[in-house]
Amino acid sequence: MQTMIDVQGLTKVFTLHNQGGIQLPVFSGIDFSARQQECTVLFGESGSGKSTLLRSLYANYLPTSGRISVRHRGEMVDMTGASSQTLLQIRRETIGYVSQFLRVIPRVSALDVVAQPLRERGVDEHHAHRRAGELLERLHIPERLWSLPPGTFSGGEQQRVNIARGFIVDYPVLLLDEPTASLDHRNAATVVELIQEARSRGTAVVGIFHDAEVRDAVADQIYDIASQSTIVQDRAVS
Amino acid sequence: MNTEPLLQVRNVTKLYAAGKGCADVSFDLYPGEVLGIVGESGSGKSTLLSCLSARLAPDQGSIQYVNREGELLDLYGLSESRQRQLQRTEWGIVHQHARDGLRMGVSGGANIGERLMATGQRHYGDLRATAERWMADVELDIDRIDDKPTTYSGGMQQRLQIARNLVTHPRLVFMDEPTGGLDVSVQARLLDLLRRLVTELGLAVVIVTHDLAVARLLAQRLIVMRRGQVVETGLTDQVLDDPQHAYTQLLVSSVLTP
Repeated sequence: MQTMIDVQGLTKVFTLHNQGGIQLPVFSGIDFSARQQECTVLFGESGSGKSTLLRSLYANYLPTSGRISVRHRGEMVDMTGASSQTLLQIRRETIGYVSQFLRVIPRVSALDVVAQPLRERGVDEHHAHRRAGELLERLHIPERLWSLPPGTFSGGEQQRVNIARGFIVDYPVLLLDEPTASLDHRNAATVVELIQEARSRGTAVVGIFHDAEVRDAVADQIYDIASQSTIVQDRAVS
Repeated sequence: MNTEPLLQVRNVTKLYAAGKGCADVSFDLYPGEVLGIVGESGSGKSTLLSCLSARLAPDQGSIQYVNREGELLDLYGLSESRQRQLQRTEWGIVHQHARDGLRMGVSGGANIGERLMATGQRHYGDLRATAERWMADVELDIDRIDDKPTTYSGGMQQRLQIARNLVTHPRLVFMDEPTGGLDVSVQARLLDLLRRLVTELGLAVVIVTHDLAVARLLAQRLIVMRRGQVVETGLTDQVLDDPQHAYTQLLVSSVLTP
């Protein structure tokens, strides 16, 4: 399978200029890669830097040193040296990211929040809404909530809206930050299904999953941040 | 991206005194891109915006703009009348105080129609129909079309100013604190409107704001200014979530979240 993301010597140190320039090293010298049609799970204790690593892959955090390359429009592109224009294009076309918490925008309905990535790609409202509705239905968000802004939704409902938004585009690379953290069993199972479907379409999934059951169900390889090693999973059921 | 930048800004400097104004600012703006300029009051944001929109000649540096015909224009090499023509046809300028951007003595409808007339449209029925459509688009009550903006609320005036600017389908819009001084609920509505219009019309926007939440909502890219200097640039979420410069870290950590 083709490599979709390649990380080499990635190091992240936070420097807090207003706290006397304290340096907070998170990780250093990380090497790993994620391939098409595979789910790579980032593993490690709380505080080990899993989310920081995932955010770096989305160019949300700026690496201190090292390289992140992603296959974009058929070529490996160095994201660490890329212009803002290139990064925005990569986010629009190649990399999707489901954050841990939904960023709520006042007055924007759940249906529009979910449909937005498709609308930004030029898909008309009708089709984008239909696709958004299908995903919300699968994730058990009752239709009476679709027209409401998710600001007043429960944590689990907001997370499901966020997941629907992440899965609405068939991104070649999908980053998931604890998508099942506050979901019940039934909805977690739907997320597992969505991940498996994305993977069989060819998506390289990179994710953080605290729930061991979910992790076992989706992982093809596990990257352990502490030991900086990759463990290949024996996936019996696909 | 393969497209050409719309605006090429190189080493633009306009200083009233040391640290007052803007110094050595360079960036490119691409079609459809929303660029936020953030920083506290007095950081030179508005001075820079005036330079960019051909309202204040810089002491040094150049600003080039590619017009609809694909010609590369040096802004300050143009005659004043050509600068004004750009401002009226290809650009929009949304002022913080709607009064600065509206004609307070004529009706709301006439405010919207004025720019259309400047581009050569004369048919009264068409002008009125377009004005009505834009009133509806910015969520203004059409029954108020014949009222003067002096009778509008602050939020309504701001929406009228936006309609007046967008009616000629500009390619590039400059906004100076468009939500400043509005109530939070009015602000949310205006932001939602701006977000929708920017996406639907594919506008390129340079927006000056001191409100980081506004910047996050509207801008894809940010420039952080302090004492006239650019201290940091990058993708909006990267600058706000992982600020590198001491000043940006201070700005981000000073925001209260309810």
